Amino acid sequence: MDHKNAIISVRDLVKKYDDFTAVQGISFDVYENEIFGLLGPNGAGKTTTLEILETLREKTSGEIFVDGFSIEKEANKIKRIIGVQLQAAGYYPNLNLIELMELFSGLYGVRIKPMEMLEKVNLQDKAKAKYKALSGGQKQRFSIATTLINAPKIIFLDEPTTGLDPQARRNLWDLISTIRNNGTTVVITTHYMDEAEQLCDRVAFVERGKIIALDSPDSLIDALVNSGFERKKEVKKANLEDVFINLTGKEWREDN
Amino acid sequence: MARRQLDHMSKRYNNTRATLALAKASFRSITRSPSAVVFTLAFPLIFILVFGFLGGNGIKVDVAIASGSDLDNPVIKGLKNHSLVHLILDKPDEYIRTELEKGQIDAVITVQKNPTGIPAYLAEAQYTSASIDKGSIVKSLLHDLLYTINTKDSDPAIAKLRESTVQGRVYRTIDFILPGQLGFSLLSTGVFGTAFVFFNLRQNLVIKRFFATPVKKSSIVFGEGLARIGFALLGAIFIILLGHFFFKFTLINGVVTVLNMLLLSIIGLIVFMGFGFVVSGLAKSESTIPPISNIITLPQFLLSGTFFSVDAFPSWLQQISHMLPLTYLNDAMRKVAFEGAGLWDVKQQILILLIWGVVIYAAAVKVFKWE
Repeated sequence: MDHKNAIISVRDLVKKYDDFTAVQGISFDVYENEIFGLLGPNGAGKTTTLEILETLREKTSGEIFVDGFSIEKEANKIKRIIGVQLQAAGYYPNLNLIELMELFSGLYGVRIKPMEMLEKVNLQDKAKAKYKALSGGQKQRFSIATTLINAPKIIFLDEPTTGLDPQARRNLWDLISTIRNNGTTVVITTHYMDEAEQLCDRVAFVERGKIIALDSPDSLIDALVNSGFERKKEVKKANLEDVFINLTGKEWREDN
Repeated sequence: MARRQLDHMSKRYNNTRATLALAKASFRSITRSPSAVVFTLAFPLIFILVFGFLGGNGIKVDVAIASGSDLDNPVIKGLKNHSLVHLILDKPDEYIRTELEKGQIDAVITVQKNPTGIPAYLAEAQYTSASIDKGSIVKSLLHDLLYTINTKDSDPAIAKLRESTVQGRVYRTIDFILPGQLGFSLLSTGVFGTAFVFFNLRQNLVIKRFFATPVKKSSIVFGEGLARIGFALLGAIFIILLGHFFFKFTLINGVVTVLNMLLLSIIGLIVFMGFGFVVSGLAKSESTIPPISNIITLPQFLLSGTFFSVDAFPSWLQQISHMLPLTYLNDAMRKVAFEGAGLWDVKQQILILLIWGVVIYAAAVKVFKWE
């Protein structure tokens, strides 16, 4: 992992709001072509950090480079090489998915075939549907499709699987892995540790605006085990979610 | 993928393309939004239809013939043939009396043969204080009628009046109503449309998502403005043509007049959109948009000569009217459409609209919120 290039480097990032400091001097690198997870409880500063990286929020201090571009001086160049999925973004009202894709291709200044983009996230059947009419999983897949329009080097996903059922989550994991395998770096936030364990190459634990641990999921688990940690209850070979998936099937559902 | 990225980076970002993409999206969205269609087309059309059918009839006076009156005489015949008179026959005296008191009938008339012979008939007219204006009309047309009848076969002793009417343009109700409705339609689309769109785009984080793309803020504003202007102009053309072909709305110089009206529409709409930006910035929630917008649109609806001429107001009210931007847009529209004025002839009105524009956009810059 060490020989990898850092595509994002964050040094001593601080973000202060009027009376409280959301991010208290964090530093980390994101390597090229990895899936990097920011984990932590609500209000820990994950989204704030992500939105600063996405050029949507001003930092108070610190130094950030994204693919070599300085975040304060070359924000517009950064916007052109990143894709952003916001936690609760809406889309232009009264337009269908194809029309929204056309809008974004204009905003990014690239030529794309809207249908091809929708096929990437398996939404070709919903091409004429309005965003509002999509199910939770479909909305997230569409949001991810909009992040891919400019063929970005990095995409940022803010809690993309929150509120989805187990099938839709697995479905989204597959999609995110495919995107990474195609050469895109992924930065993701999540509350789900199973998700981080499955998906992320490295994770950073954020707590009260500070990074309290940063490593690959395996190393973090090993370190804990080596420190003498034991689960109170013996681990079964499967959990309830495995039962659920086994009973209901993993296949794609119309309303996912 | 890596190669495609290089291709994208090497191209320069095109702001115009982004603006047009936004304009197209916004235009599509507007045409599918019921409220935009209602404000821009349905409201003005309903008013134009109502006034279009109401208008043209002009003033009518209701004159009742008292029961027992002689009907076969020159006075009654003359009244029957008079274009302003609506004769009410065969009604009981009691009915005529109460209607007269209410002002529903403007005058009652009795004509009797004169038993002594000269003059041949005696006419008796009774007016009502409930309808003094129309009563005077009846009075003067009766005098006129009797004079004509009495002098039919003889020359007047002192002076003879010769009357003629200059053939002028017919000023119909539609010539007054249509420009006012057009102006009001522009005001409502400008204020309500802009306020709702920007408030919702902000509230639903649509604008935030836009900010994650290389698009400029100015492109977002211009794109929105372009779409709204395009839609409002289509609405204006529709209203003008419908008024012209179905209700004989006067377009003195034909196409040139229409173009001048459209240019005025653009100026007006840009100013009114400024109010919309202000409202979207002031509104704390979606439900506060209509009341704030109404504070801006309703006074202009009533006081800017949309339905009644500003001249009809008492002078203190006229002073308020003469502060409102819609007054000047309506005024300019009517001058252009009916009097055939060019844009230079209405430069004063345009200047006042532009001053409003500067003031309102200065306010918009202060209160408008992107997030």
